[in-house]
Amino acid sequence: MNEKAINKKEKSWFGKLVESYGLPRLIITAFLLLLLILAPFVGADLPTQVSNIIARFSWNGILVLAMVPMVHSGCGLNFGLPLGIISGLLGATMSIEFGFTGPLSFVMAILIATPFALVLGTVYGWLLNKIKGGEMMIATYVGFSSVSLMCMMWLILPYKSPNMVWGLSGKGLRTTISLEGYYNEVLANFLRIRIGNLDIPVGTLLFFTVLALGIWAFLHTKTGTAMTAVGSNPTFARAAGINVDKMRLLSVVMSTWLAAVGILVYEQGFGFVQLYMAPFYMALPAVSAILIGGATVNKATIMNVIIGTILFQGIVTMTPTVMNNMIHMDMSEVIRIIVSNGMILYALTRKTEGAK
Amino acid sequence: MSKKTGTKTIQKGKVGAFLQRSSVPILFILICAVCIPMAGLSPSYLINEIVTRMGRNAFLILSLLIPIMAGMGLNFGMTLGAMAGEIGLILVSDWQIVGIPGMVLAMIISVPISILLGLFCGKILNMAKGREMITSYIISYFINGVYQLVVLYLMGSIIPIKHSSIKLPRGYGIRNTVSLLEMRQKLDNLIPLTIGGVKIPVMTFIIIGILCLVIIWFRRTKLGQDMRAVGQDMEVARDAGINVERTRILSIIISTVLAGIGMIIYLQNMGNIATYSSHSQIGMFCIAALLVGGASVDKASIGNVFLGVILFHLMFIVAPRAGAAITGDSMIGEYFRVFVSYAVITVALVMYETNKRKAKSMESEQLKQEQLEEENK
Repeated sequence: MNEKAINKKEKSWFGKLVESYGLPRLIITAFLLLLLILAPFVGADLPTQVSNIIARFSWNGILVLAMVPMVHSGCGLNFGLPLGIISGLLGATMSIEFGFTGPLSFVMAILIATPFALVLGTVYGWLLNKIKGGEMMIATYVGFSSVSLMCMMWLILPYKSPNMVWGLSGKGLRTTISLEGYYNEVLANFLRIRIGNLDIPVGTLLFFTVLALGIWAFLHTKTGTAMTAVGSNPTFARAAGINVDKMRLLSVVMSTWLAAVGILVYEQGFGFVQLYMAPFYMALPAVSAILIGGATVNKATIMNVIIGTILFQGIVTMTPTVMNNMIHMDMSEVIRIIVSNGMILYALTRKTEGAK
Repeated sequence: MSKKTGTKTIQKGKVGAFLQRSSVPILFILICAVCIPMAGLSPSYLINEIVTRMGRNAFLILSLLIPIMAGMGLNFGMTLGAMAGEIGLILVSDWQIVGIPGMVLAMIISVPISILLGLFCGKILNMAKGREMITSYIISYFINGVYQLVVLYLMGSIIPIKHSSIKLPRGYGIRNTVSLLEMRQKLDNLIPLTIGGVKIPVMTFIIIGILCLVIIWFRRTKLGQDMRAVGQDMEVARDAGINVERTRILSIIISTVLAGIGMIIYLQNMGNIATYSSHSQIGMFCIAALLVGGASVDKASIGNVFLGVILFHLMFIVAPRAGAAITGDSMIGEYFRVFVSYAVITVALVMYETNKRKAKSMESEQLKQEQLEEENK
């Protein structure tokens, strides 16, 4: 007993670092640093690589941010992200269908997506309130069923715009729709900084910052703290007179709306709208990104989002180039699968208090 | 008086519960009844297809029963066993051992791999009690990454693969499809039998029958009883001296091993392996079929398996044709059946969770009443 106490006291600085930062996160950070150091030696251009990471961060940041409200209210990780993404896709396709172009099409896409996100989010939140304790599994399958339902809808809905439907039959949306002439890079081109090979999409980063600050501020309002209270101890929250179900519903609606905006920002960076099965696997990268950032199943901060997205996207962009140049073997896809799912597994197996 | 109303509500509850339990099969019978005439397929074709698919899938679906018994829910980790089976088949087809001996050898290779994977899965699930399903679901993705690492990079470079017919042209890694031509339906045709134009895979059915008997026998063994006890209530089981962790791990291992063997039976019927995608959908389709048969997350019987195979695959066969007939686009039917598989699982999960909550609140209600009665005394 005594010895143990002494041992604990004399833990090395490394042990302390591991404890506060988390071992998996440490390994991933070290791995990314190693890749960055190796990059110039294997002939990859460092500024280009860094710009790639920043660009991908700006595309994905809001999708990862969408995890935060639901984690805060104790609904767990939002595996139902595809539901929000579908609202975003409806906004995007309708905005194009109604003939908006340029930056206006982006604004309209968000405006049109909002009511969808609110309605779908409310239904989704109502469902999650009925099945407290089993949210994550059901969220996954709600996401999957909605994506496969929309697969039929993309074929049936009466879209007419020649830029979106199949050329031959004149109906049914294409699997990928180019955003050239619509809102391709509208945010990225705003205040864009280009120095040599370094390219920073300031507008997108600003947009992310605004939303992140918004969420941060919201979590510090009265409603926000009530939401956090619901997540950390529902019984206590109920005793304090907080309407638990209402808070949870609000958090789910927020998550869904953020996902809808997130996919639109992703598209403006990527340059294409991807339909049909594309939203299917979009939840897992976002989930594992926030977990890599140090979040747990019932605790997440804005910092977790930022760190996690940089680390995750850093690995996704760096491994192919470095690996390819080094051993002429592209193992990046496999590494991505193992790292991201391993991270989710790690988080699921952690003992979390107040989960049930 | 109060007793009478009590029994009445219980009876009412029973009828309601029965309807709720069988609502999914009834819905599917309705879907099939609408779709079959529209699809315009001949009855003999349909029966042939159903019999074939029954032989192909029943073994895999049966592998799901044991974890349900142990209270671990739907084992999405059965994919692990499927991967082990595929690895066995890839190696055997490289060694060019064909026919039944090849199948048996593939099974022998798959078993130790399945046991290892099952052990890994079981240990992790013990660390994530209360959210087994989502965890086993993520495990299947995780191991899929490891599987790709082994098959795409290690096979041919570290694990010796001789024949270029299954190797990628770059010298290592396995091709997208591995042909099992020499093994194709060898088991199904071992005892040839055709009744009224319907080909019946007798040997496969015999093996499935044996597995059913084994499962029935297994339920009566000490281990089977332990699993049921653990499934009922972990704490009570632990107090009764059952090693809960070990029992749970064993149930997952058995399920994984069975899934591995089931995958080999499945693939010998298909006649080729889609190396990187055969296993990915198999878990979802098997679970959906079991649920369509009227099983729930905490209760499933052998009857559910067979009813499920028939209804689910009937829908699977007729949906694309019916979709094409209605809308003139065959893709809609294709998407429709995927949607239905996911929707069925979603509905079953929602029903399970709401029932669990209802039962919990009913229990507390009962406790309250008992307390009141005691106070009145």
